[in-house]
Amino acid sequence: MYVAVKGGEAAIRNAHRLLADRRRGDRSVPALRLDQIVEQLGLGVDRVMSEGSLYDRELAALAIVQARGDLIEAIFLVRAYRTTLPRFGYTRPVDTAAMHAERRISATYKDLPGGQMLGPTFDYTHRLLDPELATGAPVEEPEQRDIEPEAMPRVSDLLAGEDLIESDGDLPAGHVTGDITREPLEFPLERDARLQALSRGDEGFLLALAYSTQRGYARSHPFVGEIRIGEVELELDVPELDFPVTLGRIRVTECQMVNQFKGSAKQPPQFTRGYGLVFGQSERKAMAMSLCDRALRARELGEDITAAAQDEEFVISHSDNVQATGFVEHLKLPHYVDFQAELDLVRRMRADHEAENVTDATTKEAAE
Amino acid sequence: MVLAEHITGGFGDPVFNAQSVFRSVMGAIARPGTVSPVASLAGPPAPLSPTAAAIALTLCDQDTPVWLDASLRGSEAVASWIGFHTGAPLAHTPADAHFALVADPASLMALENFAQGTQEYPDRSTTLVFQVASLTAGETLFFEGPGIERVATLAPTPLPRHFIEQWKQNRARFPRGVDLILAAGDGIACLPRSTRIRASEA
Amino acid sequence: MSALDKDIATYNFAYLDEQTKRMIRRAILKGIAIPGYQVPFASREMPMPYGWGTGGVQVTAAIIGPDDVLKVIDQGADDTTNAVSIRNFFRKVASVETTTETARATIIQTRHRIPELPLTAGQTLVYQVPIPEPLRFLEPRETETRKMHALEEYGLMHVKLYEDIARHGRIATTYAYPVKVEGRYVMDPSPTPKFDNPKMHMSAALQLFGAGREKRIYAIPPFTEVVSLDFEDHPFEVQTFDKPCALCAAENVYLDEVILDDRGGRMFVCSDTDHCEKRQAEGHRGELAGEIA
Repeated sequence: MYVAVKGGEAAIRNAHRLLADRRRGDRSVPALRLDQIVEQLGLGVDRVMSEGSLYDRELAALAIVQARGDLIEAIFLVRAYRTTLPRFGYTRPVDTAAMHAERRISATYKDLPGGQMLGPTFDYTHRLLDPELATGAPVEEPEQRDIEPEAMPRVSDLLAGEDLIESDGDLPAGHVTGDITREPLEFPLERDARLQALSRGDEGFLLALAYSTQRGYARSHPFVGEIRIGEVELELDVPELDFPVTLGRIRVTECQMVNQFKGSAKQPPQFTRGYGLVFGQSERKAMAMSLCDRALRARELGEDITAAAQDEEFVISHSDNVQATGFVEHLKLPHYVDFQAELDLVRRMRADHEAENVTDATTKEAAE
Repeated sequence: MVLAEHITGGFGDPVFNAQSVFRSVMGAIARPGTVSPVASLAGPPAPLSPTAAAIALTLCDQDTPVWLDASLRGSEAVASWIGFHTGAPLAHTPADAHFALVADPASLMALENFAQGTQEYPDRSTTLVFQVASLTAGETLFFEGPGIERVATLAPTPLPRHFIEQWKQNRARFPRGVDLILAAGDGIACLPRSTRIRASEA
Repeated sequence: MSALDKDIATYNFAYLDEQTKRMIRRAILKGIAIPGYQVPFASREMPMPYGWGTGGVQVTAAIIGPDDVLKVIDQGADDTTNAVSIRNFFRKVASVETTTETARATIIQTRHRIPELPLTAGQTLVYQVPIPEPLRFLEPRETETRKMHALEEYGLMHVKLYEDIARHGRIATTYAYPVKVEGRYVMDPSPTPKFDNPKMHMSAALQLFGAGREKRIYAIPPFTEVVSLDFEDHPFEVQTFDKPCALCAAENVYLDEVILDDRGGRMFVCSDTDHCEKRQAEGHRGELAGEIA
């Protein structure tokens, strides 16, 4: 007997209740506190802030708990909250040369003004599981340098002094910096909109594209000019005041990739730039972003567009994981009305096909 | 006093007032020639009319440069009222305007001076708001096109010089062209660029 | 102050902030003025995923007011989970009255169907659209398809439909069947079965289309010519069903196929649940009506 599918309301309510139960898990295990996540899962929090485009550790931690640790779901939660916030204004560009850096490395120089500083990196750890972490054993305090930090000019500025690297790029005269969260994208993009899209793009997607450029799909001969991680000041111009107001500090990761460029008819040989800047500590993302940025400058630099990573519409239209996960996952919504239409078509076409075969066979028989 | 005048007269209930005015405009542009009622919700400084002001409060903001005709530009209070209540910057030229507020349609420059959009982006055009004394007392005009079942009539006054000819040219530019909102004291009517003007009812 | 210290549960009427509503409202007006043209708009993230109807939800949120009566359908039904979820969303954020009755609704948000009952002048139909660009599957690049619309260069679409005929003996597009609006723009009607295409033509209701992920809004004003693309020797035709609805005996409506058992037993019932219930209440009985719980 057919029972009409009813009770969508009750089904949804019960599903949400079960979700809440599974999220909490065994009640005899203490519930996670947000400060534990902020302090101890900091890189996950950073990723949610970066791809969620909202710098707030506590909200990101809340989103991670609410999403049961699914970071793309957490990013989505943060985005949906962010979009309802009023826009008060736009800060001045951050000055990363004035960063209070905790990590700063360059692969292009053995030593340089400001020095190399490893900071809190996984780079030279051996990836051996550490059973001590499971016991909650005490952790030593870090060693910190007491010396006055010296100025840390950017590698790109050092190269620019000799004209060995292209200038930072010009936008068309009168160009007002875009905001991809307030205006629909219009292809081809200017670099400002492109960098914004890359900065909130999915880490995994950009990583794979960046990797593809290294394997010959739009090879760019990259060198890490510099990676720096640390805090920068945010300043806002207020029309009534003739000085900028300091809003506070945020932690960012910046990567400046230096790439070979043979020069063209118009330009002498010179290094070119790829740029990455993301919220929090996320070196992998910043590096992937800078490789993708460089690859996407193909049109501007007059290079042949032959690979996926150079194709702006392809990369930018598919880099947003909130969009991607939504559209892929929406396939599980009911589609039975359209499927019915396809069923009907396939049945009719099979009937035609069968009728033709019968006719063919009859004709053949007659001929024989 | 200019200062007091420019901070009063906004919507009493911004969320719901804007919603109701928008629905009037949407109804009017979806059914060209029909008149949608609008309650008197805004109290702008003269010569800006309450109806035109309500439309501006509903649709204009920081992202939409607004052009004022000579009659409105003549009043410092109007410009500061628009700026204070909507945040909209004033457009330097008619071609930069997303919206144009026109208190004196009879003296208006040709419609082709306003942004017409491009063939790729025909939406990048100016929407003009005409303050009219009446939607029924002028010469009767006949319209057809999307939103009109057979024929629609409207008799707005005042209108720009050679309006019929100008509107035919505007229609000929489709999908480029401007859209008109006619704001009378008690209601609004719209002429989107898709509307064709006819010589007579026949 | 961190956001957690504030009461973050307070949202504006209909969720969207006023600036966002203004932006969407402006796009809607342009869409109505240029029937069938896809107006780019700065779509926002919504509290439901892309693909779940974020475009339709934004359009509805921008137009809805306290006097509206909202109906939400998915696959023609009011009780499918996503329809329930969206209806609950608006009940919560806009405190608006909701209904399942087509005739009572002032705004109907839909995914994949147009109600069977002809719509009337006071009503607005809001479609959820996944891929608004009818040329997208022929040309993936936005820069190219935009040019094709600008130049009214739709030859590619006819070639595609004609290839179908050459290969299959018929046009093999059964849903999201392209239409031409007012003789100018080729438009995607959203993935409604082509059965519903004729309902768009000269409808008394305003039809609005929202594509959130793709950031496009478009519209068909009332009484607008909407023609399904076809050929003289292969005219457009809609699906037909061999039997009437098994519950209400309706004919000339779109039916869902329901599998009854694993031995090939199946029945066909109205996809429009409101239409079916109304007819049953009026005493119409299909062949299986007695056996249904």
